Amino acid sequence: MAEFVIKLPDVGEGVAEAELVEWRVKVGDLVREDEILAAVMTDKATVEIPSPVNGEVAWLAAAVGEFVAVGSPLVRLGVKGAASEKAPEPAAPASAPAPRTEAPPPSAPSPSVPKVEGERPLASPAVRQRAREAGIDLRQVAGSGPAGRILQADLDAFVAGGRREQAPGLQRRHGLEDIKLVGMRRRIAEKMALANARIPHITYVEEIDVQALEELRAALNKQKRPGQPRLTLLPFLMRAMARALEEQPDLNALFDDDAGILHRHRAIHIGVATQTPAGLAVPVVRHAEARDLWDCASELERLAQAARAGVASRDELTGSTITITSLGAMGGVATTPILNPPEVAIVGVNKIMTRPHWDGAGFTPRKMMNLSSSFDHRIIDGWDAATFVQRIKTLLETPALIFVGV
Amino acid sequence: MQDITCTLAILGSGPGGYVCALRAGQLGLDVVIVEGQKIGGTCLNVGCIPSKALIHAADEFERAAEMAAGRSPLGIAIAEPTIDLKQTMAWKDATVARLTGGVANLLKRNKVKVVSGTARFRDGKTLEVETETGRQIIRAEAIVIATGSEPSALPTLPFGGRVISSTEALALDRPPEKLVVVGAGYIGLELGTAYAKLGSEVTLVEAEPRILPLYDAELTRPVAKRLSALGVKVLTGAKAIGLSGKGDALLVEKADRSEARLEADKILVTVGRRPALEGWGREELVLDLDGRFLRIDDQCRTSMRGVYAIGDVTGEPMLAHRAMAQGEMVAEIVAGHRRSWDKRAIPAVCFTDPEIVTAGLSPEAAAKQGREIKVGLFPFSASGRAMTKLGEEGFVRVVARADNHLLLGVQAVGRDVSELAAAFGLALEMGACLEDVAGAIHAHPTLGEAFQEAALRALGRALHF
Repeated sequence: MAEFVIKLPDVGEGVAEAELVEWRVKVGDLVREDEILAAVMTDKATVEIPSPVNGEVAWLAAAVGEFVAVGSPLVRLGVKGAASEKAPEPAAPASAPAPRTEAPPPSAPSPSVPKVEGERPLASPAVRQRAREAGIDLRQVAGSGPAGRILQADLDAFVAGGRREQAPGLQRRHGLEDIKLVGMRRRIAEKMALANARIPHITYVEEIDVQALEELRAALNKQKRPGQPRLTLLPFLMRAMARALEEQPDLNALFDDDAGILHRHRAIHIGVATQTPAGLAVPVVRHAEARDLWDCASELERLAQAARAGVASRDELTGSTITITSLGAMGGVATTPILNPPEVAIVGVNKIMTRPHWDGAGFTPRKMMNLSSSFDHRIIDGWDAATFVQRIKTLLETPALIFVGV
Repeated sequence: MQDITCTLAILGSGPGGYVCALRAGQLGLDVVIVEGQKIGGTCLNVGCIPSKALIHAADEFERAAEMAAGRSPLGIAIAEPTIDLKQTMAWKDATVARLTGGVANLLKRNKVKVVSGTARFRDGKTLEVETETGRQIIRAEAIVIATGSEPSALPTLPFGGRVISSTEALALDRPPEKLVVVGAGYIGLELGTAYAKLGSEVTLVEAEPRILPLYDAELTRPVAKRLSALGVKVLTGAKAIGLSGKGDALLVEKADRSEARLEADKILVTVGRRPALEGWGREELVLDLDGRFLRIDDQCRTSMRGVYAIGDVTGEPMLAHRAMAQGEMVAEIVAGHRRSWDKRAIPAVCFTDPEIVTAGLSPEAAAKQGREIKVGLFPFSASGRAMTKLGEEGFVRVVARADNHLLLGVQAVGRDVSELAAAFGLALEMGACLEDVAGAIHAHPTLGEAFQEAALRALGRALHF
């Protein structure tokens, strides 16, 4: 068997290292050509690494959550054939910048004897079956027999100490599970903590009558041409924001608080927070100021699909100047959005609900929606925030204003 | 014909399939088993059982021939024996019939419905069976694929005429004068040895440098020695090229690249077995493969929900007792029990002369895993029982962890050691240490004492060596 070394390829411009977020194989697995070996993540794009050859996995470079340098060995495969196609490298440290992560603390509530990792617990078939039926993981049970063998008595002690046999009714549960934050989740956690710790938020909630807007939207969707995307509320909101931001350029800005500089951007790049299987992603509709309603809609649809499929490029997932966050039908009555730093404004869309509206003579049912928007209070005063939201309210309640130049 | 609807349908009634059906029947499931040929599969009909019958007959005959030749140290002299292989085969067939009939009875007693005919998957929940009386549709909540395996052919030596597989070798009406066996794995050796004892002139052709290439040299040495005593010619490192022009000889390329012509009345090709993946509608399903086998997880689930696979179609080792254990487990899973594959050892036996048993890790395999090991070997030449039954060749060898003496593997070679497989398997499955084996009283005088003595020897305190 010859050795074939798969190195971490160049996964993006200027990227020196990538975080290993998932192994799809383990040592000893046979892999086929083009089978995905691992997923690595750079900034926000996740890249899958396929195997170029058939072979048997002999070595993996790093644990999930560690960083691997571009060009360093990622996987070593044993392959059939005489000479290896790539000479095996001298065993360079696989992930030079990555410190060894410590193993999570043992989660067992019981004392456990040290066991070699991957070794199966030592127990007779009768003990194994009893444990399986009682839902006990034998790896958590200390064995008192020779060579650490788990005896019936050890199982008795474990059951008596930690848990009772399945009795009817409600049960106390014990134990905990440690989940290491890796990849996107870890990045989200860091960014949220930073945003919430550094930025004094002001959140402003306003109610908007979207009856007219919804009627317009329905009419446009009814007569749309084939090939045109279905309009949601978001493209209207994007256009309204673009109008409002023309009058309040301070809100379309990135605040470099270390340098004390507010970078006002002329282009409006609207990030749209999107739930993906891997977590929150923010694809960016670039130059919303230059896009019409249909254009905004089709670009949004394309980006959302790419983000959900995990194929959005790094450029498509970065560089926003202001953000929309929408939970759609799950939107609730009001939210307290956290800013996407270094941006200074985020507009949150709540659920559209039909509510009774007092028109002076009686109640009429109207489609109503709340906007919950947060601002960086260091830059944006309450007055400015209110002005911005009221301007959007006016535009959305009389949607013709969105399209008519004044 | 009215459709059958059941909880569990099993495709194939070999040792995996019928055990699965029996256990499922015991658990009160509504079970249907489909068999296109005879109940019992390869094992009962053309594998384990008939080959052991033939081997036993050959052993008896050879012993008598030795006595007749005046070579018996026991002082027994008899007249030259003869054998009527037709009668031997009839006895073998009767034995097989008793066993398959027994399985059929057990199935009946456990209320398993047997459908005879060729089955095909229509989809992952439905089988279509061509029976003698027409097409039978079977709808099942769970289906188990237990279609087994069949002898592999060599492209240069397709079966037919003088070229036979193990199946035909078990049904000859007289020993071939000249038998060439291609492939010196355990099947080729078992049958080749039996025919050598029955009077055939046997030549073994093996491509690897030695016989039983999957076993270590120490274990196979007594077998090689016995083959040479029986006059079996062994060509290792030799490749079968094909039949001669007239088809009455096998052309081989020998280890030194020279070509040789081996006259043969029969050419037995035993180059392994391949999983039976065709002919039952696999193309209607989406089943992942693992190499050339069906991919299964630790509950024998395939890549399709509700479709299980057990036995030889699922991989090595292709052994009846592995299939049986899988079948039992799947029946229990389908009945809603929590089960998964957690077996520690699958013992394997070669019914060669002498017999070989392996269970768990060999010293080589343990060392390859980077383990610190202790090895203890006890030769049968030091066993009283072995001496009294003329079986001094061979040994029992134990492999254990050096630190806590946990038994990792046991191997043995010697006359009748196949019966020791039970002790080896039990010790490994129970998680025994060397001290456990050494501390259990082993009855005297038996071959099993060698197991205890091997453990003692690994502990540095063998008593009889």
